[in-house]
Amino acid sequence: MTAIRRFLPGWLSSYAVLYLLFLYLPVIFLPIFSINTAATPKFPLSGVTLHWYEDLPRTPALIDATWNSLIVGVSASILSTVLGILAARSITRYRYPGRRAINGLIMAPLVLPEVIVAISMLLVMLQLGLSLSLFTVVLGHVLVCIPYSMTVLTSGFEGFDRSLEEASADLGESAFGTFRRVTLPMVAPAIISSLLVCFTISLDEFIIAFFLTGTEATLPIYIWGQLRFAAKLPGVLALGTLLLLASFVLMTIAEILRRRAARRTHNEGGLYA
Amino acid sequence: MTAAVEGSPPLRVAGLRRSPLLQSEAVQGFALISPTFVYALILLVLPILVVIAHSFWTQHYLTIDHTFTLENYRIALTEPIYRDLLWRSLYISLTVSLLTVALAYPIAYFISFHGGRHKSLWLFLITIPFWTSYLLRVMSWKVILGYNGVLNSGLMGLGIIDEPSTALLYNSTAVIITLTHAWATFAILPIFVSLEKVDRTLVEAATDLGDGPLRSFLRVTLPLSAPGVISAALIVMIPTVGDYVTPKLVGGKDGVMIANAIQAQFGKASNWPLGAALSVTTMIIVSLMAGATVLVFRALQRLAR
Repeated sequence: MTAIRRFLPGWLSSYAVLYLLFLYLPVIFLPIFSINTAATPKFPLSGVTLHWYEDLPRTPALIDATWNSLIVGVSASILSTVLGILAARSITRYRYPGRRAINGLIMAPLVLPEVIVAISMLLVMLQLGLSLSLFTVVLGHVLVCIPYSMTVLTSGFEGFDRSLEEASADLGESAFGTFRRVTLPMVAPAIISSLLVCFTISLDEFIIAFFLTGTEATLPIYIWGQLRFAAKLPGVLALGTLLLLASFVLMTIAEILRRRAARRTHNEGGLYA
Repeated sequence: MTAAVEGSPPLRVAGLRRSPLLQSEAVQGFALISPTFVYALILLVLPILVVIAHSFWTQHYLTIDHTFTLENYRIALTEPIYRDLLWRSLYISLTVSLLTVALAYPIAYFISFHGGRHKSLWLFLITIPFWTSYLLRVMSWKVILGYNGVLNSGLMGLGIIDEPSTALLYNSTAVIITLTHAWATFAILPIFVSLEKVDRTLVEAATDLGDGPLRSFLRVTLPLSAPGVISAALIVMIPTVGDYVTPKLVGGKDGVMIANAIQAQFGKASNWPLGAALSVTTMIIVSLMAGATVLVFRALQRLAR
């Protein structure tokens, strides 16, 4: 019996390593083939080159798509974080009837098929006479970003010591003053973390942008268009590698900030705990 | 994440009037959440209602006839092409969710029970690939499974096969593999959270009372973590049924799913009401399948005890 008990963690940890390989291996092929001289992605590499990367800044359509993605990402992350702050604060601070139902509705985009969310929004926007543009993409991205923003923010707001706010109120600070001078500094890391998470999601989001954009392409839409041409694959892989890197850096910063926020409010839970 | 799956508590309006303090708290809380709530109403609830309305109408070239009809649902449910796509989508999403949960459980168990001080590092490592673009992850599977892909050239290099196999890409298996990879993180996190809540003293008690590791796992840990397993299965099942990118990129002709047909109705075919009816049908059927899955899991949970 003790043999089993000693053997089990070993078996489990080798499984864990294999599982991480399964998670990471596919992603690692993108950077590997982005420095290959041949256009077809196969081993062994025919030679190492950076010229797929050098070509990127010389593609006007790509530059436009990058700007569009930045505009959409920044607008969507700010809007969804503002809406997320209001909702997360309300959920963690107040008790009222219907609170869980409203929370469920706000979190729902997380578990609905994206295509169905996208086409429903498309129908309404066309009915309202809105012409499809980057603005409609922002509206769509905000809806799908709010649940993530809420998750990050509630983890930062929960366990928040309410006596500090009460002390501030007792000492004569107004409600707004208390929020600005006591609450905000404590939750600032969570807010920045939410901004980064939402920006990353918007930067990588394809389906909603695909349905709700007019003629302007975001980066994923640009990539989608390029995928039709086999010869352009290395360029797409190079661009993909840069996007991976950007997401990785942004998410690492977001995670560090979120943990700092959780520590400040004495909350030990993980992102989804 | 599980909040969306949970039901809503009954409204208790009477409690509002009882105390002025409670009333002001309720009003403040509601006022604070209302912008986000209204946003979700306008961009989620209203659109879904509009889709449901459209599903009962008819497309006449450029105009839409607003007379009530069930014709779109008849087409969605009886036309062989849509029936097949629907079945395939359900089969793929059920397989993917069961596979993802089965593969995710051991890793969630490992992190929760043997993660030690490195728990959050493990969780972070597992979430990272999820934060990379979905489109790019699907694309990398195309690179792996393709005719000239990594797997084929690898197998040929090892002398296992003589010529590239075409069986790897452009079929439902390729879709299942890609989706299982893409949704892994979504399954691990809810299972991990519910394993964290398992009272360790109960496991010890089972061991003290003579249960072996396997028996105490099957009779204590597994049933107690069932809520996480259920929500993991649902979190994977419902969105994957409507996946568009994966079948389009790696599915080929045999891997097309219902979302591709829905998109076609809003694009080339330009038949919004039929597209709407297909969307509503998909949502209803996947909800039924999700409900059935919950019942099966609950029954298994009772059996284990």
